Amino acid sequence: MGTHNHNHSHNYSEYFKFSGKPKIWSLIAILIGFLSVGYGFLTDHAERTFANLLLMSYYVTCVAAAGLFFLALQYVAQAGWSAGLLRIPQAFAKVLPVAALLLIIICAGGLFTHNLYHHWNAEGLSDPNSPHFDSIIANKAVFLNVPFFLTRLVVFLGLYSIFSFLLTKFSANEDLEGGLSSYKKSIKWSAIFLIIFGFTTPIWAFDTIMSLEAHWFSTMFGWYNFAAMWVSGLCAITLTIILLKKSGHLSWINENHLHDLGKFIFAFSIFWTYVWFAQFLLIYYANMPEETVYFYKRWEPEYLPWFWLNIFMNFLSPLLILMTRDAKRRSKTLMYVCILLLAGHWLDYYMMIMPGTVEGHRGFGIIEIGIAIGFVGLFTFLMLYQLSKKALAPIHHPFLEESLHHQI
Amino acid sequence: MSNAKYILGHFEDPDDLMHGIDQLQTNDISIYDVFTPMPIHGIEAKLGVKRSRLPIVAFCCGLTGTIAAFSMIYYMLVIDWPIDIGGKPAFAFPDFVPIMFEVTVLFCSFGIVGMFFFRNHLFPGRAPRVMDLRATNDRFIIAIDAKKNPHPDKIDSLLKGAGAVEVMHNDRKYVSYE
Repeated sequence: MGTHNHNHSHNYSEYFKFSGKPKIWSLIAILIGFLSVGYGFLTDHAERTFANLLLMSYYVTCVAAAGLFFLALQYVAQAGWSAGLLRIPQAFAKVLPVAALLLIIICAGGLFTHNLYHHWNAEGLSDPNSPHFDSIIANKAVFLNVPFFLTRLVVFLGLYSIFSFLLTKFSANEDLEGGLSSYKKSIKWSAIFLIIFGFTTPIWAFDTIMSLEAHWFSTMFGWYNFAAMWVSGLCAITLTIILLKKSGHLSWINENHLHDLGKFIFAFSIFWTYVWFAQFLLIYYANMPEETVYFYKRWEPEYLPWFWLNIFMNFLSPLLILMTRDAKRRSKTLMYVCILLLAGHWLDYYMMIMPGTVEGHRGFGIIEIGIAIGFVGLFTFLMLYQLSKKALAPIHHPFLEESLHHQI
Repeated sequence: MSNAKYILGHFEDPDDLMHGIDQLQTNDISIYDVFTPMPIHGIEAKLGVKRSRLPIVAFCCGLTGTIAAFSMIYYMLVIDWPIDIGGKPAFAFPDFVPIMFEVTVLFCSFGIVGMFFFRNHLFPGRAPRVMDLRATNDRFIIAIDAKKNPHPDKIDSLLKGAGAVEVMHNDRKYVSYE
């Protein structure tokens, strides 16, 4: 079909059949997730369970949003190398509406049960006559109040979901009709999306994560979260591609494409460190009590080993392992680094969320692991289901042929 | 013809050039070098060109920069003139990091640019040595060392057969800009 060239024999219109082991295991994982949530609530760990639900739903929404961002970026850059692998970020983007809905439900649940966001959402915090009056929170109440908070979340995630619908629809039309009109529309709407995304993701991070410790703030926090989102999204995309290739799909993706993805992961791991360190250094250097409280908490013996492990996993290991060209081209090495970084960014989010919610009552056990497994299963299930609905290559993408000859 | 040092096959089309390389290689004729006005995918692998060692230079220069920056700041802020900044110890490592990073980048970038020019004999004011002027313009050129390959007629016919528009036998290795 389509762009077929007699020199090579790739079956671009092959479908991924979602059945068998991946389906069973992702369903089992979802079940484990449900059981762990039940276990958490029944054993009187509501706050810890909510913190973990927030962590994983935010993580999964971020990975899905990173898929959409990847897609938009490739269209706006009119990139040729990635044309053959666009169906994977597209499947990610299609998970976004469901993930976003879950995140909104969990945030709202946490708000109204006071299990999350109690730093700014509690009785009398902004009432000068109340014994609980808190002038810092009162000053922020114009921005940090329940209706406006939920409106922002719904509007931002709703907007992203609309764009994920648009961009995947254009690509589906392109499959049916060919021609350049879908591609041109994709470029236009991607550009609009990137502008909106760029301005709203920091606020999204401020709201969902930073406001857990509402007395503290950092203007770097938005970009820090964006870096984490982008690295973990790239790792998830790469891991999906490698696993699909292992199961005999995507014959047109070769080590050159993996090399580029590996460079992306390498570079943005360093970017993550850069932003992390920029936030840390300014707070360390200025040494103002209202700012240092954030790192003071994370420097307690409860969190200190995890603090260092975070840097080790997310900075040192990709730096040292992915440094050479060969490491980025060997799918096995790349696969392990992707898994390591996905776990690393779980820890990164853990370090952002837990000290502000459960503080000293931190735990690492059935609740953490079970909920993480549950959300990974949910994401895998939804993503593979979306992936199985369309051919594995965008068969009429104008740069598909160029993607095939990508060589670095 | 016996004085010829290098045989240059001129091609007008990169596909013909690749075909020419194949022809020469199947006939065991060693290729000295190939000059093209634009990069051609896969040509390094075909010619067996080794990967550049520039990354090693980059690493060494970068490491030199890191060490230089660290020793400089350490000497200034800890040994020579310790200053109390916000009650912090004189050896406040996080403060060192940005400078160490920047000096690493500086040494690394200057180092690799310098090494690149050095290895390619490109110095300011020096006329570049090229084997044929049209290789930077519109011709794709295969250069063959005539002393190492004894059958010039065979080379001629192979090149012509592969689509060479011109075959030159040069007595001098480089044509210089004068």
